[in-house]
Amino acid sequence: MDDIFRGELVRLGGDDPQTVAEAFSRWNRDSEYARLLDDEPPKLYSVKNFKEWLEKKFGQDDEFHFFFTIRALEDDRLIGFIGLFGIQWNHGSAWVGIGLGEREYWGKGYGTDAMRVMLRYAFSELNLYRVNLDVFGYNLRAIRSYEKAGFKIEGREPKSVLRDGQRYDMILMGILRDEWENSAMREAHATDRNTT
Amino acid sequence: MFDAIKNSLFEAEHICLAPIQHENDAIIEARWTQDASYLRLLDREPARPSSPEQVKKHYDAIEKSVEDDGNLFYATIRLRPDDRLIGFARIFWIQWTMGRASVELGIGDPEQRGKGYGREALGLLVRYAFAELNLNHLSAGIPEYNPAAVHLFQRAGFVERACQRLALYRDGRRWDLLIYGLLRDEWREDNGRHLSR
Repeated sequence: MDDIFRGELVRLGGDDPQTVAEAFSRWNRDSEYARLLDDEPPKLYSVKNFKEWLEKKFGQDDEFHFFFTIRALEDDRLIGFIGLFGIQWNHGSAWVGIGLGEREYWGKGYGTDAMRVMLRYAFSELNLYRVNLDVFGYNLRAIRSYEKAGFKIEGREPKSVLRDGQRYDMILMGILRDEWENSAMREAHATDRNTT
Repeated sequence: MFDAIKNSLFEAEHICLAPIQHENDAIIEARWTQDASYLRLLDREPARPSSPEQVKKHYDAIEKSVEDDGNLFYATIRLRPDDRLIGFARIFWIQWTMGRASVELGIGDPEQRGKGYGREALGLLVRYAFAELNLNHLSAGIPEYNPAAVHLFQRAGFVERACQRLALYRDGRRWDLLIYGLLRDEWREDNGRHLSR
């Protein structure tokens, strides 16, 4: 069986809360990162504060969330995080969230690769049926990346995101297991052709 | 004088929004939870009958969240004038800086459904969200198999914003989860006002 934690550019890993908290606290000093990621105002939380938050949030009920770090394959550098949250096992659905804190990895396919690895994990290890996300209308790079990973836009909430005095749409996206299988199969065929 | 302040936020023609009454309400609500169809219309959680003791713990958790998290408004729906419990309403996941939140309500007493009480309660809930909490956008997730709820939210001005395709799995088949939304700019204030006394 393949190494399901490994993609072409990144691997998904597990790290101690201390390591993750140090990265989170540093990344969140970048307000652009924080405002692409979350609707909560960036608050410059300390390492200690993030560590306690991580331990509280992910230290229990771990069948309802799967939180991983993203590490670049070339040097194993910690560049971001990705997680499945709010899993509803009775319906086979989950939400996904991703953030790349290291700016020099933006726009180069690392996020898309991490999302592909996460979707493979969601559909072929957790046997989920559906993965949801929402994304701010102003985060065009993320929307393109999610579409590349196979997500479809399922609707939008117009003017419901307020930032810098402007109103933006909230975009809702989703991917079904069938859609993922079709795209994964296409990719596998393409790889076969390339290697033979 | 600020006249709008005379419009009660919590009273409509036949129903009112009111606090939980822990002892009595828990007995009534525990009875509602024995009705799986009610729970499945309402919620994505697995339907599960609860005892009055479990419902009381649920109430405690709600009141703790209202106090600690500061992102929840919860009310019981009661018939006027005798305060009989018929359902609940809540504004949850309030995101204050952007003014986003979700709304939900349920009429648990099956004999009190289809009488317009849900419509009155939703009118109050929406007015409270926009006129008192100063929110900007409300969302509601409605299962495809609950057309009565779709109708209720449409009448209150909500519009379908998104369709989470096949997000629900019940009775051996998949159903869409419809996401309805209402912006404060789209809300007509008279929607709620004519209901109040």
